[in-house]
Amino acid sequence: MSNKTKTEGNIITALFRNQIFIPIAALFILALFNFIVDRSFFKITIGPNSDGNPVLSGNIISIIDYGSELAILAIGMTLVTAASRGQDISVGAAMAIAGSVVLRVLCGTNSRPDELQAPIIVAFIVCCLVAMAFGAFNGLLVSVFKIQPMVATLILFTAGRSIAAWINNNELPVVNDKTFSIFGNYIPGIPIPTPFFIALACFIIIALIMKFTNLKLYIQSVGLNEQTSRLNGLNPAFIKFITYVFLGLCVAVAGFIKVSRFSTINYSVTAKDIEMDAILAVAIGGNSLGGGKFKISASILGAYVIQFLTTTLYKFDVNSEALSAYKAVVVIALVVLSAPIVREKIAAVFKKLRSPEKAELKS
Amino acid sequence: MQAKTLLEMRGIYKSFPGVKALKNVDFTLHEGEIHALMGENGAGKSTLIKVLTGVHVKDSGDIFLKGHIPVQIRSPQEAQNYGISTVYQEISLCPNLTVAENIFIGRGKGAFVSWRDMNRKADEVLKSLDINVKSTQQLASCSIAVQQMVAIARAVEMDCNILILDEPTSSLDESEVAKLFKLMRDLKSRGVGIIFVTHFLDQVYEVCDKITVLRDGKLVGEYEIENLPRVQLVSKMLGKELDDMADIKNDVPTFDEKKSEIVYEAEELCSTEGIKPFNFHIRKGEVNGFTGLLGSGRSECVRAIFGADKVTSGRVKVDGKPVNIEKPIDAMKQGIAYLAEDRKRDGIVGDLSVRDNIILALQVKKGFFKPFSKAEATKFADEYIKLLDIKTASVETPIKSLSGGNQQKVILGRWLLTHPKYLILDEPTRGIDVGTKVDIQKLVLKLASEGMSITFISSETDEMLRTCSRLLVMRDRKLVGELKGDQLTQNSIMNTIAGGEQE
Repeated sequence: MSNKTKTEGNIITALFRNQIFIPIAALFILALFNFIVDRSFFKITIGPNSDGNPVLSGNIISIIDYGSELAILAIGMTLVTAASRGQDISVGAAMAIAGSVVLRVLCGTNSRPDELQAPIIVAFIVCCLVAMAFGAFNGLLVSVFKIQPMVATLILFTAGRSIAAWINNNELPVVNDKTFSIFGNYIPGIPIPTPFFIALACFIIIALIMKFTNLKLYIQSVGLNEQTSRLNGLNPAFIKFITYVFLGLCVAVAGFIKVSRFSTINYSVTAKDIEMDAILAVAIGGNSLGGGKFKISASILGAYVIQFLTTTLYKFDVNSEALSAYKAVVVIALVVLSAPIVREKIAAVFKKLRSPEKAELKS
Repeated sequence: MQAKTLLEMRGIYKSFPGVKALKNVDFTLHEGEIHALMGENGAGKSTLIKVLTGVHVKDSGDIFLKGHIPVQIRSPQEAQNYGISTVYQEISLCPNLTVAENIFIGRGKGAFVSWRDMNRKADEVLKSLDINVKSTQQLASCSIAVQQMVAIARAVEMDCNILILDEPTSSLDESEVAKLFKLMRDLKSRGVGIIFVTHFLDQVYEVCDKITVLRDGKLVGEYEIENLPRVQLVSKMLGKELDDMADIKNDVPTFDEKKSEIVYEAEELCSTEGIKPFNFHIRKGEVNGFTGLLGSGRSECVRAIFGADKVTSGRVKVDGKPVNIEKPIDAMKQGIAYLAEDRKRDGIVGDLSVRDNIILALQVKKGFFKPFSKAEATKFADEYIKLLDIKTASVETPIKSLSGGNQQKVILGRWLLTHPKYLILDEPTRGIDVGTKVDIQKLVLKLASEGMSITFISSETDEMLRTCSRLLVMRDRKLVGELKGDQLTQNSIMNTIAGGEQE
């Protein structure tokens, strides 16, 4: 009996110490809150959308739908944070550039074409290349010129949206094509939103990369101790550089989904502030923003926590201006809770609570 | 007459998850006493000091200060208020501030500072301690020894009556150590009690009055220095009679140069770190070493061999074939391994597990797309944990929570795992306990007998004499001599290091 309680206790303590505990607990608490306040939150209905396809709708569906871009960005942001001990704050602006490139390729010089000027796959590839080039620019500043990540990416953060507007001569092209809008909406006949599948594909790809390459070990070594990494045959500058290029790729995918949702773009609003959410996702996932060890799955969950929170607040008709303030309160609570020092304290409290029980059991 | 007691620690217990670090330890320090705290790595010296300085909170036991006043020390700040100051092995000052700022930092009253007053006061303190440095000089521009002494000056300025020196001499050369000892004796005459932690036995016998020995977290005993001969001290620390040390000595098999082929050869090798171009070769199964004073360029030479610093010129041959070694990975691919001098900066990846630290070099050598499975990696790690007798809770334990000697063994395991044909060990025994030192020396000889070529660098000459069959002597960043066979004695080394120009 006492043996059993002991193992149970150990599981609880281990859970507390595990990084992934915080985002899972956050999701659980948010779900519980909604469950108590209004059970209709979890209602999922099926009905025809504007195209007449039967699709699922409901809050949970919109979380996994709209959380996709953030989750994809969180992957790249985690790697950048771990390797370069800093964050890329230009991802929102870079997404606007990526989206603008997609529209430029699809629409050509005419901003309202009747048919696509280039195949969608070409637009996607060009957008990937451009976003990776901007990632490479950031990576170069950080790895070769050793500029602090936040300062280095501040350049693109400031200039990015102008560049995005300039790519399309400051016009707002609209794509009039059913196939293109599939990526941000629904595949005919499938009731689950496409972005979720794209995000899922990204998760699988990154999981495979982690499994079949040494990326994780290399990034962690470089993030923790550059000198040692170099003496063990690694090239720290190159590894940091690669993480920024990889984040560029994540930005391209996210940007592509974003423009596909509305088939157009708004340079100043598209993906606004998403960089902060992406960084937050990494933090809520319990990853150190000071680099080093990381867990991508935790960051991804962190991204969905943020989306869950946003959707919950919308559900309760929080004014969109006040939204950020409410969000901030919850985020502070989460970040404080996930701080190692607080977690140790909580674990200690649990231990104390348990020990008298044990004593009773023995007697 | 018995001097007044400054500090009494009674029945101290401290445990960490999985480890009982201190079990019923007593410690007493008197006024004007230099008291050595000795023990192997993991014996509990650091833990005891950390309990005393409030870094760790003890589980049970009592601490009494002067006049038998019981105190609870819960933070380093509190320890400071009680007059307990610590100078750590790694300098914990701010290198980019001036000497005066470092002495007074964090202790100003109110928000305003009179820079002139501060500099004047700092100069006074420095002068009274006979430390030759200007208060306005930037700390980073001082030598390590001076930085160390500035740290002590800071402690003295804070009116400490208990000064803890945790391995202060491990990065000092002889003349600097002498200066430090003078300073310690000076403080002693003022009635300060000094706790001195070191691995150098000579130094203990030079300055200390008393020795407290710990082993496995338990108190072995407290001794007057004159009642405890060296051999007994070592055997008390190890907990066994010490034949090992004698065994290894004079047991170096005479290495026959003619018989084996040259594994590595360099001509006019030179790097950006300011060494003069040098020639070097090593044969299969040979153990040689670079010796010389600190800063003479020993480490820079081996770093050039490994490509750790930027190589500017030179021709290198491995197994007789010309090769190009520009960066560490090139050297690793040629079967060269390098255990760096600065374990913390160049050796460990602190937060990573013991397992990841062991496989790191081999994994990098093997390639990006060929990761080891977890099972393979664990197998490798277990193999070397067993082979080198590494004390760790599990392969998952972060390496930073291991003791220094065990960290060193992990790094050694990392390089052995790459199965090098040429292994470079730069100060592998620094800051680790006697037992591990002997283990490492034995291992070096064993590996050499199996055909590995090894370059061994150590500040302790007798260690080099025990292991090397050929010594290359450095002076002022220049290779000035080569000693082998009968020339391998303390005296001839000293002469070559010190001597005027050769010829």
